[in-house]
Amino acid sequence: MLFVDAITWIFSADSDIVQRLGEHLFFTLLAFAIAVLVAVPLGYLIGHTGKGREIAVALSGAARALPSFGLILLLVLLIGVLQIVPAVTLALVLLAVPSILAGAYSGLEAIDRRTLDAARAMGMTEWQVLTKVEIPLGLPLLISGMRAGALQIVATATLAAYVGLGGLGYPVLQGIAVRRYDETLGGALIVVLLAVVLDSIFGVLERVTVPRGVRLGRGIGERRRRPPAIATETANRLVQAG
Amino acid sequence: MSIEFRSVGKQFPDGTQAVGDFSLMIPSRTTTVLVGSSGCGKTTLLRMVNRMVDPTRGSVLIDGEDISHRDPVALRRSIGYVMQNSGLLPHRKVLDNVATVPRLNGMAKAEARERALTLLDTVGLDRELGDRYPSQLSGGQQQRVGVARALAADPNILLMDEPFGAVDPIVRAELQQELLRLRRELDKTVVFVTHDIDEAFLLGDQVVLLQRGGRIAQVGTPAEILANPTSDFVAEFVGADRGRRALRIERVGGADVVVDELGRPAGVLARSASQAEAGARTAPGAPAQGELAS
Repeated sequence: MLFVDAITWIFSADSDIVQRLGEHLFFTLLAFAIAVLVAVPLGYLIGHTGKGREIAVALSGAARALPSFGLILLLVLLIGVLQIVPAVTLALVLLAVPSILAGAYSGLEAIDRRTLDAARAMGMTEWQVLTKVEIPLGLPLLISGMRAGALQIVATATLAAYVGLGGLGYPVLQGIAVRRYDETLGGALIVVLLAVVLDSIFGVLERVTVPRGVRLGRGIGERRRRPPAIATETANRLVQAG
Repeated sequence: MSIEFRSVGKQFPDGTQAVGDFSLMIPSRTTTVLVGSSGCGKTTLLRMVNRMVDPTRGSVLIDGEDISHRDPVALRRSIGYVMQNSGLLPHRKVLDNVATVPRLNGMAKAEARERALTLLDTVGLDRELGDRYPSQLSGGQQQRVGVARALAADPNILLMDEPFGAVDPIVRAELQQELLRLRRELDKTVVFVTHDIDEAFLLGDQVVLLQRGGRIAQVGTPAEILANPTSDFVAEFVGADRGRRALRIERVGGADVVVDELGRPAGVLARSASQAEAGARTAPGAPAQGELAS
């Protein structure tokens, strides 16, 4: 059983999985942090002013179509073989920026214009409109964009091994080269696991960042549509008794 | 505080002429209602008062001072604004919504919330609702919160943009009565925008009937406009041309019954009035709304 072999390999002494996982996480976090620092302010600027939206849409559309492997190789060649770390990081950043950017500005765009109009009419400054109204209300969509961006980075960071930077791609590639498929599958399993864990964390974040007042509004609608469980239960018993 | 429009005009960047040349004096501590069909520029005019719209010509003066020199943010904080859909912040509790402007003005949180609680009393809302979110309130309650928020910083001017347009007729009538009560208690300069002429006549000390492009068709008290429509447009708008608002008296079983244009009884002519000369102009049930054509 290859799966059993793979899992055995993961926990065996000759697997350097912890070190590889560390490398992988390092690249992921570094690239994610830079992508957030670039994309969030830019996305807020676009979403708040409504300017430059067309450019952002076009650019992020084009960037999403970039082949990730090609991008890494291209940047390594362009920036130089001696600058592999910045080159790979830059590639990962470029791949994550479009999703995060889109999340930031679409979160702001999705807010009812009348709410913002009221906020201004109350006498909020533009900065206050952004920080007290737009950012809290746009947060769930931003997190959703971050979720897509983070997953993109985690998946693509596997390719860093091709240019000799290690990470979870290393056992995958090495396994293929030396026909140790338990190693290949073991590495792949950990990447998948990492992606699932990250995705779940962001999934939870996405839900808890929906402001309570907004969530309650939805909750009321749902409750009306679905009768409470206890009522259904009682009804069933009555039917049975009758 | 008095408000004066001095030949203001507004052309939007896309070339639409929302307001041509509009002049009006709004005396202090009165209610002026701007009424007209959609596209007549009434909302644009209202929003010029708190600089949500800046006129492209002319000027708006508050107490004789041109507001184009005032900082828009400070100006807006000193003027109450109520809009059609309440415009409450969905992520903040009712109490925090009401406390918005005092908080912006730097009032401490506890004090602002205390003030917000008393404002809930003022607009006739249960204090317990303060802990809810706007989405948990009915449309009528949300409008009341909107009014409370507008009053929170105790502004001298209150701008209301079709505040009762989105609620059902029963709640609307209730809110109108409430506003009349508030107006008596609070003594503010109110500018009210509506497309409903009945609402305009009910609430306005001064009614401004607008035509396309912010052209004034007629200005006057409700009674003046009813008694003397200056044009066919006005007569049509107030319904005088269709015999609407023309009440007649019919004698039924020894009492004078006032009936409307369709022959439906609107009320009974009060004793003292019916004993007076023919042409008495009071009819209970339709106060100041109709013109008696006996």
